[in-house]
Amino acid sequence: MQISEAWLREYVNPEISTEQLVEQLTMAGLEIDSVTPAAAIFSGVVIGEVLSMQQHPDADRLRVCRVAVGEAEPLQIVCGASNVRVGLKIPAALIGAVLPGDFKIKKSKLRGEESFGMLCSEKELGLAADANGLMELADNAPVGTDIRDYLSLNDNIIEVDLTPNRADCLSVEGVARELAILNKLDWSVLQIETSTITHSDTVSVSVETPESCPRYLGRLLKGINAKAETPLWMRERLRRSGVRSLNAVVDVTNYVLIELGQPLHAFDAAKLTGNINVRISKADESITLLNGQTIKLDTETLIIADDKRALALAGVMGGSDSAVTDETQDVFLECAFFTPKSIAGKARKFGLHTDSSHRFERGVDPNLQHRAIERATQLIIEIAGGSIGPITELTTEATLPTRPSVLLRRIRLEKTLGIVLENDQVVDIFQRLGMAVQTQADGWSVTPPGFRFDIVIEADLIEEVARIFGYNNIPNSSLLMRTELGKAPETVLNLDRVKDLLVDRGYQEAITYSFVDEEIQQAVAPADELIRLKNPISSDLSVMRTTLWCGLLKAALHNTHRQHHRVRFFESGLRFINKDGAMQQQKMFAGLTLGSAYSEQWGVASRKIDFFDVKADVQALFDLAEGEVQFVASQHSALHPGQTAEILSLQGEKIGWLGMLHPTLEKQLGFDTQVFLFELDLDLMLNKPLPTFKPLSKYPSVRRDIALIVKEEVCVIEIINCIKGCAEQALQDIVIFDIYRGKGVEEGSKSVAVSLILQDFSQTLTDSQIDAIFSALLDNLTTTINAKLRD
Amino acid sequence: MSATLEEILAQALDQLRDAKDLTQLDLVRVHYLGKKGLFTLQMKELGALDPEQRRSTGQVINQAKDQFSQQLEAHKEQLQNIELAARLASEGIDVTLPGRGQTVAGLHPVTTTLRRISKIFASVGFQVVEGPEIEDDYHNFEALNIPESHPARAMHDTFYFDAHTVLRTHTSPVQIRVMESEKPPLKVIAPGRVYRCDSDITHTPMFHQVEGFLVDTDVSFADLKGVVYEFLRAFFEKDIQVRFRPSYFPFTEPSAEVDIECVMCGGEGCRVCSHTGWLEVMGCGMIHPEVFKAVNIDSEVYSGFAFGMGVERLAMLRYGINDLRLFFENDLKFLEQFN
Repeated sequence: MQISEAWLREYVNPEISTEQLVEQLTMAGLEIDSVTPAAAIFSGVVIGEVLSMQQHPDADRLRVCRVAVGEAEPLQIVCGASNVRVGLKIPAALIGAVLPGDFKIKKSKLRGEESFGMLCSEKELGLAADANGLMELADNAPVGTDIRDYLSLNDNIIEVDLTPNRADCLSVEGVARELAILNKLDWSVLQIETSTITHSDTVSVSVETPESCPRYLGRLLKGINAKAETPLWMRERLRRSGVRSLNAVVDVTNYVLIELGQPLHAFDAAKLTGNINVRISKADESITLLNGQTIKLDTETLIIADDKRALALAGVMGGSDSAVTDETQDVFLECAFFTPKSIAGKARKFGLHTDSSHRFERGVDPNLQHRAIERATQLIIEIAGGSIGPITELTTEATLPTRPSVLLRRIRLEKTLGIVLENDQVVDIFQRLGMAVQTQADGWSVTPPGFRFDIVIEADLIEEVARIFGYNNIPNSSLLMRTELGKAPETVLNLDRVKDLLVDRGYQEAITYSFVDEEIQQAVAPADELIRLKNPISSDLSVMRTTLWCGLLKAALHNTHRQHHRVRFFESGLRFINKDGAMQQQKMFAGLTLGSAYSEQWGVASRKIDFFDVKADVQALFDLAEGEVQFVASQHSALHPGQTAEILSLQGEKIGWLGMLHPTLEKQLGFDTQVFLFELDLDLMLNKPLPTFKPLSKYPSVRRDIALIVKEEVCVIEIINCIKGCAEQALQDIVIFDIYRGKGVEEGSKSVAVSLILQDFSQTLTDSQIDAIFSALLDNLTTTINAKLRD
Repeated sequence: MSATLEEILAQALDQLRDAKDLTQLDLVRVHYLGKKGLFTLQMKELGALDPEQRRSTGQVINQAKDQFSQQLEAHKEQLQNIELAARLASEGIDVTLPGRGQTVAGLHPVTTTLRRISKIFASVGFQVVEGPEIEDDYHNFEALNIPESHPARAMHDTFYFDAHTVLRTHTSPVQIRVMESEKPPLKVIAPGRVYRCDSDITHTPMFHQVEGFLVDTDVSFADLKGVVYEFLRAFFEKDIQVRFRPSYFPFTEPSAEVDIECVMCGGEGCRVCSHTGWLEVMGCGMIHPEVFKAVNIDSEVYSGFAFGMGVERLAMLRYGINDLRLFFENDLKFLEQFN
């Protein structure tokens, strides 16, 4: 909400600077977002009156005027505006004036005629973005007065960012009340006289839903001039409140809303059929609103209707076909109290948010309606003339909100805030807030005023005391915290350690959005069911990722498009999958690499990264957790069919995947190099067994190397499993130290060189024992995988 | 015989002098001292002499042998020194060339910031807890005293999956989840991703928050102020000014916004702080009785405070980052600045 500082100070004018005022309100919870001057900087402009006017001898569009500016002699000023006429009062910039944009006014000649100044439009004074001709001032504007004083332009526009609980401050009067409280100043609300009734016609009103509309005031104003111009002072105040001037009647309702906080609505009485009825909408009804939007109503929206149709969304917006226009003569003015509950969420449901709904859903003072309708009546009659009918009032006392007294216990106040306050201090705070206080043995009974919808429970009172006492006057205590001993779990690896390992191996951490482009998601994991956002921010962030690869691939592309030829990323975060009809949020850890194995350097021959480089990184992660896993050749839709490993625990739990991005996808996504990816289930990966000690052997170990010839399709893991399967207790370690294909090895076969380390716990192994072990081992290798010893 | 020995010695010493390297020197050694060496042969011939002569001749031979050995050692050391010097000269390298192998990368600045926040709170016994990112309406709103029609809902710009399932708009639902399952005293911080349907120069649809809360008997607003104050000073490693402003959150009361003296201009006023000298860094307050009611904690017995802060915002202030969107573009030129 934005308001004029000068308007505010008309109510309450503490002797403090603008900066102090802003600070004061901000520190009381009425956060001031900005303070901007009400008008651009200019000087030397006074009110002038056109005394006479002649056609310029050499220019059709120019007039030579004599303008009174409050000096002894009128000035000759040449003017080209179409609306210039004798008797008009206008802003006149004198010689030496400086207009917005540092535009200096000098004595000049226009086509030979001397001009001693310039007559100004609103645009030239920076008061409007556009203008049709000169700014026309009221006939009674005092000639010679500085225009800045006349228009009170030495003012600031204060933008207040109000929290939803402070509906009572959604008006100039409300902010003034707060300012008076903070400065301990006397103040009073605007005094409004009751209008004299000049005709007796009414529109009859019925309220079907008094629980939603406890009070409804209506009044018929007849014979107004809807074309009457809104006076400048009102237009200026509206402008400073961020409201555009439309027509006199609408301007007045907006003005009263800003001044008092009461939304009003004006109907063109000629367009009403029969009675006004406040009721709940019916399913088949629809309404075209003032903003042109046509909405279909449901069966739970409070509306204002006449005998024929819905006229307005109660408390939100009026309909276009009953709106006041230039031709309107009779106005039906509505000033109601709708309960917050009946309006809350209604505007949002139809995609609307209006000044009116904003106030009603937070709470309008239920005692304000009489003052507001009288104020609006007065202003409309003043501007547009007309006669005043009696107020039709429908108030259902029983449904008006009540403000029961709230008990504040002293002990609770002290315990919550951590301070001790004198009784007088507390009583004074509540009284300044307009609350009735009764001191009791253990605390205070406090009755809030009607407009404080936010004071319902004890905590609300505690907050008020703290707020007025000043949050910064409450000490910062150093809490003596009851601290239990910390935990040091050892069977779960810390994620930080995992990240650090990859950082040390040259991986940069990335953080990518959890929602991704549907296209990339479909490309990478076509089989996964899509989890779609109902209201995505854009189509490229519309589905939840089922794999972290989507974001990492996009991040990698961002960098390859920016001349990075080597990318190593990892990310940890949730993936979202629909499994058996249930949404699962699974913690994952994923990585992506592309480009050369090492950054370009003199000491290492440049080569592209390959599967085994990445496998070493993944293996290192499992080595951290001391967990043994299996890499099983497998198939994944996003990965190269010949370079894909599924990673399983020894018990067969699926931990994740490692592989090369499928060449088709590589091309489709726009990579020009091979990309390797891995993704692991973080919880499974972080499992870590508690180490258990095994005794050390006192006897020497023996290493024996063998070269085995096997068919190409036999995986190394089969050889290893076969050797391990022999369950030879003496076997300590197996190392694959060479793979050979070529001369001496039959086409379609390979030679695998294996080194075995043997050691016994009870004796030194003899040659004959070792030979026996190897003989059994080779038999087994021959029978299970058809391996032959290489000669 | 003694003349011959002299000749042998003279010749031996000559040969020693002529030896150019350790290999030649060793040949000389073997030639004279080896099993079949000339001195050795001399010694062997002693056996043929009578005992008296044997002793005197033996002494002479030993003297000659010792003399040779000493010269041999001296020459050997000299040659070793020459050889070492040559090796050292030949093995010189350009130590300014870069080292070989993998280079170290770095963590995302959000992670670095989260780690620091966690570390500061963990040092006084706060536990780190995580929660789901797809949340139900109850935990994200209802239990936090934000009913369906509450105006605060409009301020949350929520992403929906269906009427009751949302992407969490803040980390506060973790507060509810912890209080539902554990009994006070509680000291928890909950870091994580949160989502708002908003995207412009100062908003990204995903960002990170840290929620913290403490529930115990006799926890006061003054305690909250103390903890927040100490935290901010620890985080910025500076004795900055901190102020608390009344504000409103449905799940705390009293509620406050916390401002720090602008770290860019030191409170003088600049573009970053909109010329106010202050920067809003977090929201906090005393846990609302309605929230305690939702999790069955007796607010007459227990009280508590909660606070929440935006991680990107703190990282931006700490490192002087001027564009929020950079955090999620993952441009290496950006990320590598924090390695």
